[in-house]
Amino acid sequence: MPADTMETSSGPAALAGVPDTVGVAKPDPIVVADKVVRRFGGVTAVNVDHVEFQRGTITALIGPNGAGKTTFFNLLTCFDQPQEGTWTFNGTPLNGVAPHKVAKMGMVRTFQLTKVLTKLTVIENMRLGATGQKGESFLGSLLKQVWSDQERSITERADELLARFKMDHMREQYAGQLSGGQRKLLEMARALMTEPELIMLDEPMAGVNPALKQSLLEHVKSLRDEGRSVIFVEHDMDMVFDISDWVVVMAEGRLIAEGTPDQVGSNPAVIDAYLGSHHDRDLNPDVGGGPEGGAS
Amino acid sequence: MNWSNLFVLTVSAAIGPEAVRYILGAQGLNIHYGYTGLFNFGQAGFMAVGAYGVAIVSASEQAGGLGYSVWLGVLAGLVAAVLLALLMGVPTLRLRGDYLAIVTIAASEIIRLVIRSERFDWLTGGNSGINGFANSFFDANPFDNSHRYEFGPFEYLGKDLWVMLIGWLVIAFFGLLTFLLMRSPWGRVLRSIRENEDAVRSLGKNVQAYKMQALVLGGVMGAVGGAIYALYQNLALPDDFVTRTTFIAYAALILGGAARVGGPIIGGVIWYGIFAFMTNLVTEVSGTYWFKSASWLPSIVKDNAGQFPFVFLGVALMLLVVFRPQGIFGDRREVELDAR
Repeated sequence: MPADTMETSSGPAALAGVPDTVGVAKPDPIVVADKVVRRFGGVTAVNVDHVEFQRGTITALIGPNGAGKTTFFNLLTCFDQPQEGTWTFNGTPLNGVAPHKVAKMGMVRTFQLTKVLTKLTVIENMRLGATGQKGESFLGSLLKQVWSDQERSITERADELLARFKMDHMREQYAGQLSGGQRKLLEMARALMTEPELIMLDEPMAGVNPALKQSLLEHVKSLRDEGRSVIFVEHDMDMVFDISDWVVVMAEGRLIAEGTPDQVGSNPAVIDAYLGSHHDRDLNPDVGGGPEGGAS
Repeated sequence: MNWSNLFVLTVSAAIGPEAVRYILGAQGLNIHYGYTGLFNFGQAGFMAVGAYGVAIVSASEQAGGLGYSVWLGVLAGLVAAVLLALLMGVPTLRLRGDYLAIVTIAASEIIRLVIRSERFDWLTGGNSGINGFANSFFDANPFDNSHRYEFGPFEYLGKDLWVMLIGWLVIAFFGLLTFLLMRSPWGRVLRSIRENEDAVRSLGKNVQAYKMQALVLGGVMGAVGGAIYALYQNLALPDDFVTRTTFIAYAALILGGAARVGGPIIGGVIWYGIFAFMTNLVTEVSGTYWFKSASWLPSIVKDNAGQFPFVFLGVALMLLVVFRPQGIFGDRREVELDAR
């Protein structure tokens, strides 16, 4: 993992002097998006002018329902392609790149609706996550000698991760037998098997019971402490305020605010977006919004 | 009624050349559908390509073929199957589930209709097919082609024994290949694609490439089945590759249990055994004086007795899907996970 937290330009400490204006430049961005527009028919789901995500930090992406957070996530990870715009990961432009290549570069995501592999056991789910497996090529797979050593080290790593996520007792169960919250954990652990530089979590807390939430929070924090970057979409404000170093707020496809959790928490535009105190007016009158009403 | 004769006929058919063809087709579908989750409903197309590859390459020049050896013909059939998989895979593997099924079933019908069309008579022999290309295959037979070999109550012609020997060796080889592939990380990627391809993509695997490899592998298995059957009959006939061929292979696979190495093999044997048993039983019964003179039987039953094996099989398949959806070898837990 890169991201040496001692370096002043990276990590959460470097965000100290960054102003809380929308689209502000970060000292050491890992992901930068420019003028990204995604329309579905007549609806503009995402219209982001400029945003940077700081390396080695936990960044929360929040906003009311329908704000375009998940769509923006899909665009960043290339699971969906925008009509316009450019975005980069570690300086590499990602326009038109296949999603599996993005994952290989070190930008790995999870899904809002978990996608565990139901008819595979938990440990097999984990093993699948490992990258660079010799036994995953057609010819290499035929001879067990080629891949058995690697398989053993992958299994060890998978077992360590399962223990860390307190799932080791479910090792041999089918993933389809797990509860919703356990699936979230499994999906996160599986994503970690790829040794990602940046992990993107889409609503990691949805459907997770409160007891499990606390440990999940700790896991996310420990990812940052290992030097990884985390971007997550979340509705759970406790989580957002507890663990994030930086918060980016979306509403109606646009960025309306960003800053530290405290700054964002007291930002009137954010309160409006969530509580809808100006529901009969446009959110951002100077931009000259369309016929759509306020955020709901 | 001669029960012992019925038993002998049933067992002979269950492991005979015709069963071999469906087992090979089902082994290919096991890769496609069982492990990778690809709804290939065009397996008959791959089988046709294998059969006509042999036929066209090894038929004599007078018969409109190229006159090469039959072994080169088999190789040509396999190459053609690979090409077909690539051709079909590039545009269709992006499709999911049912859409892939629609496109593949159409593709196999296009192949069959092109083969049997008059325009391609010079190449494929139209609807009467190509015959008389397998002589060098039977020349290589270590058994005496026209001699009847007896094994207890069972009797086989030397030429049938040769086809069965080759066929079962190939089935064993593909079974071993499937076993080796599916215990490996490569097989794990395929099974994961079956469960959720986006998840596999998000972990950095090239889903499209894996699906293509699976399509090629399973298609080649089907093509070998088609080629062996064509050699056995010494005839490649377009209507041997109607869509029913695909469905029979699917039925054998589901009966045995999908995503199990032994599933298509045992499933094929049992399926074809039951079919042969029913056919012979119906033939015996409908030949009896009792049947002919039974005035209480409606004439529709009497006139269409030959269709009854299919009716029985249809009912048997329904019962199977209701009471044992996982097939003979499957794990019920896995099937039940789908319902969650």
